[in-house]
Amino acid sequence: MPTLSSTFAEAFVLLLAFDERVAEIVWLSLKVSGGAVVLGTLIGLPIGACLAIGRFPGKTTLTVVMNGLMGLPSVVVGVVVYLMLSRSGPFGGFGLLYTPTAMIIAQTLLVIPLMAAIARQVVDDAWQRYAEELQVMRFSWWQSVTTLLHDCRHSLMVAVLAGLGRAMSEVGAVMIVGGNIDRATRVMTTAIALETSKGDLPLAIALGLVLILVILVLNAVAFAMRGWAMRRYG
Amino acid sequence: MFPIRVRDLRFQPNGRPVLDGIDLDIADEGITLVLGPNGAGKSVLLRTLCGLIAPTGGTMDWGGGARPERGVMMVFQHPMMLRSSVLDNVALALKPQGVARQQRHLRAMTILERVGLAHRSTDSARQLSGGEQQRLALARAWLTRPKLLLLDEPTASLDPSATAEVERIVREIRTDGTRILMTTHNLGQATRLGDDVIFMSAGKVREHSPLQRFFARPSSEEARLFIQGELPWRLNF
Repeated sequence: MPTLSSTFAEAFVLLLAFDERVAEIVWLSLKVSGGAVVLGTLIGLPIGACLAIGRFPGKTTLTVVMNGLMGLPSVVVGVVVYLMLSRSGPFGGFGLLYTPTAMIIAQTLLVIPLMAAIARQVVDDAWQRYAEELQVMRFSWWQSVTTLLHDCRHSLMVAVLAGLGRAMSEVGAVMIVGGNIDRATRVMTTAIALETSKGDLPLAIALGLVLILVILVLNAVAFAMRGWAMRRYG
Repeated sequence: MFPIRVRDLRFQPNGRPVLDGIDLDIADEGITLVLGPNGAGKSVLLRTLCGLIAPTGGTMDWGGGARPERGVMMVFQHPMMLRSSVLDNVALALKPQGVARQQRHLRAMTILERVGLAHRSTDSARQLSGGEQQRLALARAWLTRPKLLLLDEPTASLDPSATAEVERIVREIRTDGTRILMTTHNLGQATRLGDDVIFMSAGKVREHSPLQRFFARPSSEEARLFIQGELPWRLNF
């Protein structure tokens, strides 16, 4: 039976040898989660800003729902997307099930509420400070949204990072809609789950280390960018 | 837009009279100083005039019609500084008018030269001093060529030299044809800038008279005490 140290040693060997399997899985993970975060940013941040600035009936209810959806179970999203994309579902004709596209769709749905809720809070704080001046200058509702999103861009990095963290670490949704097919839809989290169940712990550990490293590096870059921006723009 | 006729203007949130039956006539030129103790309703009056606050009663007639969509601007005591350059912050004012970005920047640069901030156009607006930020805010408002400019204590917490610079710009904006209404606690500033004075207390206009007459012969006892530096409510003790 392998010891903890021997397992880690083998995992490092896999990483240092730049194992093709590991590289392939990591690359697909980055593509899927990166794609989901880009879409989540384009959709979630404006939704959050609209919720912060807009005045409409049901705003409070919508805000509560959005905050509640931050904890949306990934398997639930997986099942819903599965039903939508399966042959008998409304989008079955596109043949997207068990493809990386389906995984991006599922992860996008997962990160949108999280990113929107954080964006709403950030933009709301700015709106409290700037609302009067923007109104005096006769900014339209949409112009206020875009102006505040741009002004809060450094703080909104937190929303993007949170979305990325959620997307990269979730396993339930991508497992259901991707199917964890080798060399097709296998990403780091699904591979870790599979290899662990098979007993191939070195590969699971290697992937886990890469996963942690990627998230740490992205956070460090974002932190450095935010620090620079705060020094530059205040 | 002018003359602006305000009649029996009221703003009473939760029944508390912040503006309590204001009657005013504002002609088309000059600088009017709005004076009065804290809580008199000066800032609320300006906010109501520019449409930020909906009055709970009364009427406002803007030259025979409703308040125009454009032409009224307001500068606040703590102006908004977006996290971008000085030039971008000024040019921002033309965005709602659909002016092209290049044209916005060109016009903003011209105004920045007039307020003495052209050399700082690429700096971050948030790195400016308090006086420079207020000049930026004035430039932003001026850029839109407003017919009426409302200034809410623009020199509060500025040092004398920054105050003098703001006053110079306010005079230039007035010379440019903009009608100005300005609140201040600085009576020296009022004598330097004003053509006429509106004196308010407890949500009412107590006096509206030419500057010279206001300071020489105030018609209300409250105004007289205010000029002398006395606070009217001390009389109650």
